[in-house]
Amino acid sequence: MKYMLLIYSDPAREPAYGTPEFQEMMSGFFSLNEQLKTDGALLGGDALKGIETATSLRVKSGKVETMDGPFAETREHLGGYYVVDVPDLDAALKYAAMIPSASFGTVEVRPLMDYNPAG
Amino acid sequence: MNGIASQAIGVSKAIETLMREDRGRLLAALVARLRNLDLAEESLQEAMISAMQHWGRSGLPASPMGWLLKVAFRKALDRIRGSSRASKNTGEYAMLVPEMTEEEPDEIPDERLRLIFTCCHPALDPKSQVALTLRTICGLTTGEISSAFLDTETTMGQRISRAKTKIAKAGIPFSVPGAEDWDSRCETVLTTLYLIFTTGYVAGPTEARDLCEEAIFLGRLLNVLRPAQAEIEGALALMLLTDTRRKARIGTDGASVPPGEQDRMLWDQTKLEEGRLVLATAVARLKPGPFQIKAAISDCQMAEGGPDWKQIALLYRSLLQHEPSPVVQLNCAVAIAETGFADIGLAMLEPLGTELEAFQPYHAAIADLLAKTGQETAAIAAYDKAMGLIVEGPERLFLSKRRAALLVRQI
Repeated sequence: MKYMLLIYSDPAREPAYGTPEFQEMMSGFFSLNEQLKTDGALLGGDALKGIETATSLRVKSGKVETMDGPFAETREHLGGYYVVDVPDLDAALKYAAMIPSASFGTVEVRPLMDYNPAG
Repeated sequence: MNGIASQAIGVSKAIETLMREDRGRLLAALVARLRNLDLAEESLQEAMISAMQHWGRSGLPASPMGWLLKVAFRKALDRIRGSSRASKNTGEYAMLVPEMTEEEPDEIPDERLRLIFTCCHPALDPKSQVALTLRTICGLTTGEISSAFLDTETTMGQRISRAKTKIAKAGIPFSVPGAEDWDSRCETVLTTLYLIFTTGYVAGPTEARDLCEEAIFLGRLLNVLRPAQAEIEGALALMLLTDTRRKARIGTDGASVPPGEQDRMLWDQTKLEEGRLVLATAVARLKPGPFQIKAAISDCQMAEGGPDWKQIALLYRSLLQHEPSPVVQLNCAVAIAETGFADIGLAMLEPLGTELEAFQPYHAAIADLLAKTGQETAAIAAYDKAMGLIVEGPERLFLSKRRAALLVRQI
């Protein structure tokens, strides 16, 4: 099954660039990436630029409304994601727990919809 | 009564017994092959209906369980084939077909441990874990579960159906966790069992199905399916030792009675002995855990000559290592106060005030300790606060008795 691991965190709680904690976080991501590749489970993944770069958009009665900033007014924002292909939820949860941001944010694990027309 | 009629009655009795005692096992065996809880439940239901018809005519088969499993398989196959024809998008089950056999199995493997771990998966919310476990393993009806949890049958039905959908769609596996996840996953299962137990304990044995007995059944089952696990034994012992006092916990006047003041003649000796034996076995494994500690506390409440508060205080201290919660701190303070240091207990309770402001037992404990240290007026005020936090019932009656006794003392 394919799962997306959505990484949410509060930018204020993330370790600052240049600190030893930041180094630790980056090496955590690095070893997770290696592990996912070795296991053949990695389908994709990226980190997102900060929320100050976000633009939100809605179409209301045919008119495009564009807004500065992220849509949801929460403290935790989507900061990146992985897409993995694993046998079941437990395997996906195991990788999710290895994401360094899980210790200061939240990782949401969602199965991808399967549109396989062959059935 | 003619022969056919009596045979029919015999058959329906046999099916009733099967449904009650072996439904969980049959269902688990089906899920192990079908990997789909809904499909397993529906085909088992159909097989039961077939059994009524066939067995009524030709009598009980040599292996009723084997017969049901075989027929349920065939019903499941029919459903899969039927749905394949009905729509193109049915890859879900089609791949399972070659794995299934229509032969009657000699011995039905017990797959209930896997089913328990699926039902008590932490990806499901606790109430759904409880409902699914009672439905699948214990064979309770949705109506029976909803009445025990004071929910409507519709709400409970929706909860169960949502949980089953999540299992299927989120890919919750039908498997026993490996060594690295065992401890935490086992704790989730035991917490679910204990939640079932306490719900039954509070509701009393008036319900159609006694949830305390169901929880103890589940504890015994786990202990058989995965023996020699200290915490499983600890949880089983805790339930048995608590259940020992069930008849004594409410007095003739309807007020709850603390263990130290209970009529020991009302304690269930069989459960007490079994609980102590299971606990001793667990403790000998030298792998302490919260359930074993709680069971030991429950046991110390029933020591010869009254609760052994010194030991209870020590046990709460070690429980704090596992569960550093304000409720455990509260119990620890109460136990220390009971050893003759009411002022120390009171001082320990004070800092918990903000977190436990809305927790009735906190104010009841404060009231008791204030009374013990001679501060009657403040104690009465604390009793009032505690009573304001709960509805009519044995606990409230207990508090009002204590409060009344203080008023008498003041005069």
